[in-house]
Amino acid sequence: MSNLKTSFSKNLKQFVMLITLMVIIIFFQVLTRGTLLKPMNVFNLINQNAYVVVLAVGMLMCILTGGNVDLSVGSVVAFVGACAGTMMITWKWDPYLSTFLCLLAGIVIGAWHGFWISYVNIPAFIVTLSGQLIFRGLTLIVLKGLTLSPFPKAFMNLSTGAIGNFMLEINPAALLIFTVIISLAVFFLQLKSFYHEEDDEKFMKSLLAALLISFAVSLAVFATIHYDVVTHITRFLLGTELRNVSSLVIGLLLAAGVIFIEIKRRADRKRKGYSYDSLEATLIRALVIAAGIIYFFYLLANYTGAPVVLITVGIVLLVYSYITSKTVMGRHLYAVGGNEKAARLSGVKTEKIKFLAYVNMSFLAAVAGLIFSARLQSASPQAGNGFELDAIGACYIGGASAYGGIGTVGGTLIGALIMGVLNNGMSIMGISIDMQQVVKGLVLLAAVAFDVISKQKISFPFLTRIFHRRASAG
Amino acid sequence: MAEALLEMRGITKTFPGVKALDNVNLTVQEGEIHAIVGENGAGKSTLMNVLSGIYPYGSYEGEIVYEGQECRFLNIKDSERLGIVIIHQELALVPYLSIGENMFLGNEQTGFGGINWDLTYQKASEHMLEVGLEENPRTLIKDIGVGKQQLVEIAKALTKNVKLLILDEPTSALNDEDSLNLLNLLKKFREERGITCIMISHKLNEIAYVADKITILRDGSTIETLDNTHGKVAEPRIIKGMVGREMVDRFPKRVPDIGEKLLEIENWTVFHPLYTERKLVDNVSVNVRRGEVVGIAGLIGAGRTELCQSVFGRVYGAKISGTVKKAGQELVLGSAADAIAHGFAYITEDRKGDGLVLSNSVTHNITLSRLELVSSKGVIDKDRERHAAEDYREKLSIRTPDVEQLVSNLSGGNQQKVLVGKWMFAQPDIMMLDEPTRGVDVGAKYEIYGIINQLVSEGKAVLMISSELPELLGMCDRIYVMADGRIVGELPRAEASQEIIMDMIMQASKGAQTT
Repeated sequence: MSNLKTSFSKNLKQFVMLITLMVIIIFFQVLTRGTLLKPMNVFNLINQNAYVVVLAVGMLMCILTGGNVDLSVGSVVAFVGACAGTMMITWKWDPYLSTFLCLLAGIVIGAWHGFWISYVNIPAFIVTLSGQLIFRGLTLIVLKGLTLSPFPKAFMNLSTGAIGNFMLEINPAALLIFTVIISLAVFFLQLKSFYHEEDDEKFMKSLLAALLISFAVSLAVFATIHYDVVTHITRFLLGTELRNVSSLVIGLLLAAGVIFIEIKRRADRKRKGYSYDSLEATLIRALVIAAGIIYFFYLLANYTGAPVVLITVGIVLLVYSYITSKTVMGRHLYAVGGNEKAARLSGVKTEKIKFLAYVNMSFLAAVAGLIFSARLQSASPQAGNGFELDAIGACYIGGASAYGGIGTVGGTLIGALIMGVLNNGMSIMGISIDMQQVVKGLVLLAAVAFDVISKQKISFPFLTRIFHRRASAG
Repeated sequence: MAEALLEMRGITKTFPGVKALDNVNLTVQEGEIHAIVGENGAGKSTLMNVLSGIYPYGSYEGEIVYEGQECRFLNIKDSERLGIVIIHQELALVPYLSIGENMFLGNEQTGFGGINWDLTYQKASEHMLEVGLEENPRTLIKDIGVGKQQLVEIAKALTKNVKLLILDEPTSALNDEDSLNLLNLLKKFREERGITCIMISHKLNEIAYVADKITILRDGSTIETLDNTHGKVAEPRIIKGMVGREMVDRFPKRVPDIGEKLLEIENWTVFHPLYTERKLVDNVSVNVRRGEVVGIAGLIGAGRTELCQSVFGRVYGAKISGTVKKAGQELVLGSAADAIAHGFAYITEDRKGDGLVLSNSVTHNITLSRLELVSSKGVIDKDRERHAAEDYREKLSIRTPDVEQLVSNLSGGNQQKVLVGKWMFAQPDIMMLDEPTRGVDVGAKYEIYGIINQLVSEGKAVLMISSELPELLGMCDRIYVMADGRIVGELPRAEASQEIIMDMIMQASKGAQTT
């Protein structure tokens, strides 16, 4: 139990943020009388915030390099939207080609910023402030001040639709073969990993475990083939029919994946003799996350299903958490932000790292621009106003340090979700935009203040003084 | 016996998980210079922070009696009001403000309608005269040397009517001459104005020279207070108290096994990166052989650090000319990455400023300069990385609960070992060490010397800069003496002594002034 406690205090900040998010969700769930978590609203919530998450991940890379931010992202979003609109609507170009060209435009813009910031040594604040003006202006020039619409259907599907009920369309025979291959693969993998056990009894046990696992996997996949079976089960369990059972299945698979990864990670750390969390802590964490995922996809299954944009956001989150935690480049990002001089003396190409951070930022701004215009179904000259502040806010709420070198993709996601739920919840309650801004501002300040105070153990002399006076008076 | 000016009784201060001070007692008489010594992490700075109110009343246990009255300081202003002034190791001066502005920062001489600049600078000049600082009070802090900056801090203390002056390692960044000046100044203040002084220092010779009393702290407790008023307390006696055992030898023995020339620097000239007409290194030629420890002696500003940093991938300086040869082969090192790839390592003198990434873990710091050794195709193999870190933790006995611990949580000596480990991990052939034992306690110093010996016994070449002459004399096979950017002498170990080296430096700088 003490183990649980230490692992809790070690991950205090991550826990606090997660709990804060949950408290905020419950708070608005109550205040909006259940509207917040209505399936349709959850669907909208994702569509509304997808671009913020993508921008915030890009912004995190910039902040990591030393607390620099990119103020131009809102304008870049608008500019890329304008380019997409012109290509697809005015010139009637192929949507896929246009998408590709727009992403390329993002990279070029990023290279422009990165060049001035890292090779000419102009403060990022100034370069991106100039970028904000330049690309807002170019947006107006490209669009001639007008709004272009509508985008072709193929493009809008990228962002607005839901993942269809694909299980209806899958050929059972093909899936059956697939199942067999999967279970055989799992079986052999297990067999191989247990092969090193010298003890006969242990070997038999692991063989049995491998058999059981492959059987379970077969069963799971087999159930998904027979769509009717799943529908029956859900109807039996939930009493209602889901509109898109495939979404629930996606959720179940993801949840199983999370549990598997958590347990495997702990087992690995234990085997290698590293410090590891207690079994309770690991299980509680894994189960809470898994339950959250399942509930989330269950809600979506009650509506049209998981939004397509979730795939894009999911890929961005996975790729960037991999880069930041596992690659040399990611490590260099943290080093540059933590101590640029030390990084340079360690042979890190600090200019290159900063350059890449800004190229990447504008690339992701382009991605966000495409998502946003597809959702808006039009290219508007005013698109993306103030987006940079949402992204920066999400990073700081998510625990990134304003001085650089500290911050995670996971934290940033939570930060973005906190901002998103606040926005959405307050809108449902009919709170005016002005008041919403006040609340968001206060939340940002509170989050960062919590961070700073918990880190520096600041004492409040004036409080001590007041207390002291009281004590001596009494 | 004069009445005690200050008595700290039963001071206990705990940080989450650590007892930094455990029932510490300290008595300081009026008008004495009281030295506090102890290894890093013994609690010296914590004790002074309690005294000066940086840790407010209530955050520690025990009582402080000053001039016969119990004091409960809530912040540094409270203590300054009573004439207790602390000068920290890292000087608290603003580089782009003038000397005068810095001296009255937070204590501005305001008259009717704002700051009275005439009064400010007049008062500043008076106090500067008292500390023997010959500068224009309008000179910016960034334009004067560290030694003079230290004097500005003391002059600033005088403006606050200081009675008890606390100095935290005042001479750690100073060369011998400036240090001596400073110590004499403290002595003068004691005689003439009765200023009491508490001084934290690692330099035992200075303590023996200046202190009346010496209090030794170890692991957060007072071990003993020695009286140094009559006759000198022997250094081994102090060291014994600090480490809790007798240190037989301050430098570990090594049988030199010297091979062929590994590093040759020839006709090396470097100019200042901003003031490009200022020559920092002037036509320097040095060489280091395999298995040899070569030292560079000199005052601060002699160009030693600039020499090493410019050789190490030209990370410092402008208009660099000259050749670098490794094992007879000429190299062009255009960046730190180049230098590392060619087997060079440079351990900086400023571990916090440009050595370590404090917000990263021990592991991440150790592997940073050669991540490719533990990764493939740009993806880090965390197991291999972890093994490497564990390996160096063990080799260098870095004291940390876990290699995943953030470096900022380690003590100074252990941070220095992480820095050394980081560069050992890079597998260099040539190591340039810049003040490798600065701010490190006696025990850790000994361990670092052992590591250096280990490195050369593996056939590496070590070039070592140090401002502590005994260290160079104890460790090096050969010593170059540098002054004003030039090499002014080269001495084999047998011929070198502190007197000869200082004499060479003095002769050289005299010559420079006349020309």
